[in-house]
Amino acid sequence: MLALSILAQAPPATPQTATGHGPLIFTPVAPELILVGVALILLLYDALEPQRPHLALALATLAGIAGAAAYSVYLWFWVQRPDSPSSVLQGMVAADRFTVFFRLVILGAAFIATLLGYLYLERAGEVRGEYYPLLLFATAGMTLITAANDLIMVFLALEILSLSLYLMTGFSLRRLASAEASMKYFLLGAFSSAFFLYGIAFAYGATGTTNLPAIAHKLSGQVGPLALALGATGLLTVGFAFKVAAVPFHMWTPDAYQGAPTSVTAFMSAGTKVAAFAAFLRVFDVALSPLVWDWKPFVWALAAITMVVGGVLAIAQTNIKRMLAYSSIAHAGFILVGVTAASRQGIEASMFYLAAYAAMIVGAFGVVMLVSVRGERNLNFSSYAGLARRDPFLAAVLAVFMLSLAGIPPTAGFIAKVSVFEAAVQAGHWPLVLIGVLTSVIAAFYYIRVIVLMYMQEYLPGQEETEGLGREPVGRIAVAIPALLTLLFGVFPGVLFGLLKAASVIRF
Amino acid sequence: MAESFYQSYGVVVALLIGGFGLVAVAFTAARLIAPRRQTAEKLMTYECGIDPVGEGWSQSQIRYYIYAFLFVIFDVESVFLFPWANIFVRLGYQAVVEMAIFVFVLALGLLYAYKKKVLQWV
Amino acid sequence: MRTPISYFLVVSVLLFTVGTVGVLIRKNALLIFMSVELQLNAVNLALVAFSRQLGNLTGQVLAFFSMVVAAAEVVVGLAIIVSLYRKRRSADVDDASLLRG
Repeated sequence: MLALSILAQAPPATPQTATGHGPLIFTPVAPELILVGVALILLLYDALEPQRPHLALALATLAGIAGAAAYSVYLWFWVQRPDSPSSVLQGMVAADRFTVFFRLVILGAAFIATLLGYLYLERAGEVRGEYYPLLLFATAGMTLITAANDLIMVFLALEILSLSLYLMTGFSLRRLASAEASMKYFLLGAFSSAFFLYGIAFAYGATGTTNLPAIAHKLSGQVGPLALALGATGLLTVGFAFKVAAVPFHMWTPDAYQGAPTSVTAFMSAGTKVAAFAAFLRVFDVALSPLVWDWKPFVWALAAITMVVGGVLAIAQTNIKRMLAYSSIAHAGFILVGVTAASRQGIEASMFYLAAYAAMIVGAFGVVMLVSVRGERNLNFSSYAGLARRDPFLAAVLAVFMLSLAGIPPTAGFIAKVSVFEAAVQAGHWPLVLIGVLTSVIAAFYYIRVIVLMYMQEYLPGQEETEGLGREPVGRIAVAIPALLTLLFGVFPGVLFGLLKAASVIRF
Repeated sequence: MAESFYQSYGVVVALLIGGFGLVAVAFTAARLIAPRRQTAEKLMTYECGIDPVGEGWSQSQIRYYIYAFLFVIFDVESVFLFPWANIFVRLGYQAVVEMAIFVFVLALGLLYAYKKKVLQWV
Repeated sequence: MRTPISYFLVVSVLLFTVGTVGVLIRKNALLIFMSVELQLNAVNLALVAFSRQLGNLTGQVLAFFSMVVAAAEVVVGLAIIVSLYRKRRSADVDDASLLRG
């Protein structure tokens, strides 16, 4: 049984002649145009006006993100209109609710990250205007990749987001660790891009096109050896595995997450993963759907190793950023479980997981940022001892995120895990679910440990700097929103699943 | 005809597997077999038998970075301008506007660099 | 006589392998980066070869994009490597050991 039988009836891509330039419809990429436009203005403003107030930059960024989000909401309805095309700009950009959903998740994470970033730069005394344009460019890349309907577009969007993030990782000029993280991230990222691009070249060689639906059409009609297409699948898997931080291509993650400024870590841990998985889902479930039985075992194995290695390595960590980095690796494994199912249900579960994951990881890193006074301090677990006494609000919020990351009800993390496991069982992958459940149990240990530290241990005064624990209202709002969402999706998952019913159809 | 077409691909795949396999085997073998006794002498950079003096990087001037920067702006511009110049008559005004936006964005980059004093010879 | 496509692909695959091995065994950040560039050029060769074989231009257009992206990567990469070098006077990735675990 081909799980994605709808895909088998894919119509061939509308043939475009070289000269026949259809009408250019920019509506589906308007959110990206807004983001890039604001970024360019801010870049110029920063260069021309050396005395620019920091607050103005942050507010303009927030306005740009909010504008893009508002336009995405409009697109949610626009794409359902009977006269709206399923892809625009010569098949380069898809216009479906799938991309709108992911755009909103990414823009939400970017919004929170901007608030955190403002606070971080102020506290660390590293106010430099480039932060905001870079953040906007990265966001534009992330949202664009969710809409990419052509391998060229996937590659370009991937590079836009990666290049911006390499620079943001190294944004702290004072800390050597930041520069080091940036270099490691850059070298491994460039390495993985090369694999990804080679995969694109092979896919093009096998099918003569880079348009995702057209590739699917070509592959489903092809008889005979598929060596090139299989090579392409392998190389693309490697490229994506790097970006979503799946084991064994995860080496950069802990270093990049730990070395980057915490606000950047919050942004990239949520944004990159969501964006890369959106592209992963689209490429594998549209373009490579005829090869589903060929890539499934590999993704299966990837999911299993990622869950186990990410879960086990997190135990040994003493630095909370590093622990969360390994946790994000483990979560990539859980999302891959949903991808492996390769069914409508699997896609839906993965999308739910990604939304829940984005909320909880951005919030968790946000709390870490608020606790680490002035830049990068208080990152060891010992700093969290007795946090409930010193700051009940932050402790409670972090406890919500930890419970959600561990997958304990009534949080979004629980529903997310249950739904990907359900999809996997439906697809007959029960051994994978078994591995997943076992690693979840192991993982619960180190999440609960943080909660125990905060609530049941005494804080030893004088051990670490305590003053200035996130008292700023901006920071509190920035972590309260994801916490509320985590609880909301956990208690009323139907809200999100209702949207997903409409959003999990990949149109082409 | 068709057969040889696919055969050529078979060669590529075999080569890919062979290439990576060979490297992997060589490295694991070396790691397993070779004895490792590292001394300061062995770790020293080899330079014609003479002890290396100073930094290996003394030749690299940071100022050459400007070239890289300018190269990107003008290289990117020309890579797209030349194909565009070949066919823009057929594409009409839309193509002109698109290219104008493209060049404008690149010009913004140049202006930014100028304002940030990147273009000064230090 | 037209050269069979497999010749180009063989060269491309070999170049790509050399680049991959370079990334894995080199220690200097700049040399690693040069190896990545070698990989990208291998990709370009494959793209252009495929484009000629298939008789459509998509591959060549993609090669343009890959060149542009490679150029942008050079600038970003150099900026990162140079700034790290300024701080530590070394471009050896093994010296980058603050982040471990």
